[in-house]
Amino acid sequence: MSSAPLLRVDGVRAVYGDTVALHGVSLDIAHNEFFALLGPSGCGKTTLLRSIAGFETPAEGRIEVEGEDLLRLPAHKRPVNMMFQSYALFPHMSVEKNVAYGLEADGIGAAEVRSRVADVMDVVGLGPLAKRRPTQLSGGQRQRVALARAIVKRPKLLLLDEPLSALDRQVRASMQLELKRLQHEVGLTFVVVTHDQEEAMSMADRIAVLRDGRLEQLASPQELYAHPASRFVASFIGTANLLDGTVTAGAVEVPGFGAVIASHALAAGSPATAVVRPEDVELTADAAAAALSGTVVDTYFLGGATTISIEMPGHADPLLATVHGATRLERGARVGVRFGRATAVAREAGAGAEASAQVPPVAPEAPAPQEEVSA
Amino acid sequence: MTTTNHPAAPAARTVRRGLAPVPFLAPGMIYLILFMALPVGLLAFYTFFKRGRFGGIVFEFTLDNWVKLLEPLYVGVILQSIVLAGIVTLLALLIGYPMAYAIAGLSPKWRTVALIAVVLPFWTNFLIRTYAWILLLNNAGWVNQWLQGLGITDAPISMLYTPQAIVVGLLYMYLPLMVLPLYASLQQLDPSLREAATNLGATPWRAFRTITLPLSIPGALTGCIFVFVPAMSNFVIPELIGGGKTIMVGNLVRDQFFEARDWPFGATLALLLTILLVIVIVVQTAVSRRLTEGPRRG
Repeated sequence: MSSAPLLRVDGVRAVYGDTVALHGVSLDIAHNEFFALLGPSGCGKTTLLRSIAGFETPAEGRIEVEGEDLLRLPAHKRPVNMMFQSYALFPHMSVEKNVAYGLEADGIGAAEVRSRVADVMDVVGLGPLAKRRPTQLSGGQRQRVALARAIVKRPKLLLLDEPLSALDRQVRASMQLELKRLQHEVGLTFVVVTHDQEEAMSMADRIAVLRDGRLEQLASPQELYAHPASRFVASFIGTANLLDGTVTAGAVEVPGFGAVIASHALAAGSPATAVVRPEDVELTADAAAAALSGTVVDTYFLGGATTISIEMPGHADPLLATVHGATRLERGARVGVRFGRATAVAREAGAGAEASAQVPPVAPEAPAPQEEVSA
Repeated sequence: MTTTNHPAAPAARTVRRGLAPVPFLAPGMIYLILFMALPVGLLAFYTFFKRGRFGGIVFEFTLDNWVKLLEPLYVGVILQSIVLAGIVTLLALLIGYPMAYAIAGLSPKWRTVALIAVVLPFWTNFLIRTYAWILLLNNAGWVNQWLQGLGITDAPISMLYTPQAIVVGLLYMYLPLMVLPLYASLQQLDPSLREAATNLGATPWRAFRTITLPLSIPGALTGCIFVFVPAMSNFVIPELIGGGKTIMVGNLVRDQFFEARDWPFGATLALLLTILLVIVIVVQTAVSRRLTEGPRRG
């Protein structure tokens, strides 16, 4: 980020009674960025969002917007608007009144309120529904009202708490595109909280992966996918074959598979996991000629691609491989297996448990394959 | 039961399906018809006949009973009842709302404690509670003793047997009926609504005034009905704490039946009371629905 950040979160620690929700999280968010806070439930992402909005008070740390200390402001004075997971529409007010609420709270004149509400309603396509009550709307329409209400004040920062979780699959897909379009159109900075990695990957410019109140990795979706910083990130983002072994020069020695070539910056001899994405597993029909081979357990046809599940001798979990289009492989077929690109992440000795994220995520020479992925 | 392929079969099936709830509804409905609809019908019937000399009725049609209601004496009693019950309801709302609001904001554990404390008086016998007020309020009662003991007054103030004492007694009795529905409506309010208002720039007071307050009006109206209806028809408290000096509709009804032995007029008063209260409830329901759901079809 070249310019000063819009939002700076610095060492934020949050505690509920005996449980620590956030262990000193720090991150910067740039102007006009579409930023996602991603993690499983209980990872602290919602606590961080609510701390920014002013509904929670962190025990320690600073939160700044353009250098201004947010924590000193009460919630109603913060230049931040939020779209709630439940939408939190006011049931006793019409759509138009809901959208106007924030402007009226600021004491803006009736004429200006009317024109700004009308503008926003057009942007989100709600014009004809202005006089309806929230109970008379569909889920997707309610979401638009919530969105309109949150952007009408042109906040410096728009917080979205699980914005799409209440919608069914098809509406969700179109809303995703719409949110991105809107973000470009109105030029706002979006911070989305979500537990859905696909949602975060498809919308965000950068993603902060949180786990147990700690920042696990902060990177672009492409970077997270190609170079996960930990076993947890590798398994949480996309699908991955996780092959546990020991670091050697430029590879991970995996019992049963031999040396799996993987980019890494780990010390030789330390425990590590090779991360191989299903599309980087190459299959050959001639099983006998291949160094590694296995038996097809199942195939999953997904339309544009097929995922093949392969049982490997001496390995508990089946290996997943993705090929374009349909496949002629059938259950029980023998296939040769070869690993293409892979990365290695540190692993705590013994269990497949994830090591701390202290390890530098990416080796300096790494950018080359990353660009390939994003291209 | 076997269904044959008969032309009338579909219709019969529809009827049978329509009758399906009968076993569940019948016991309650029969009970209500026997002990509610029938007596009210009888009451309405009595209002059009003449009184017997020693109670009972003489089956001679007359409208006198309804005309008699318009006499200033009775109009006065009815109006006084409405005013007293109205004051009690208003006070209950003013005292009960902050109470319910505070209870809804407590942690679950303390909420239970507070709610038990609110309903606790109900577990004591009603007459005992009423006599306790007499002990407190009479000229030689505790309140007067304290006031004089503290040097605030020289002579006892007569508090018992006044309309104010009736209000105090009724309020004490029915306050929990205001607090409980109010608490229920405040407690089920989605906390994110208030947060959304705050997030949109509303001060805490504005958020309360524009979100919490309007959304708790249905609960407040229910509480008002729960207090107003029994307060209006109560006759024990006006008699014991009011000393029978201030007559409310309830006293009037009882006196007509048991002392004046004018059953038809007693029935007319009772029916009037019922009609008034039904109107109040219908209005309350309509207002609540309008507030929460908005005008039907937008």
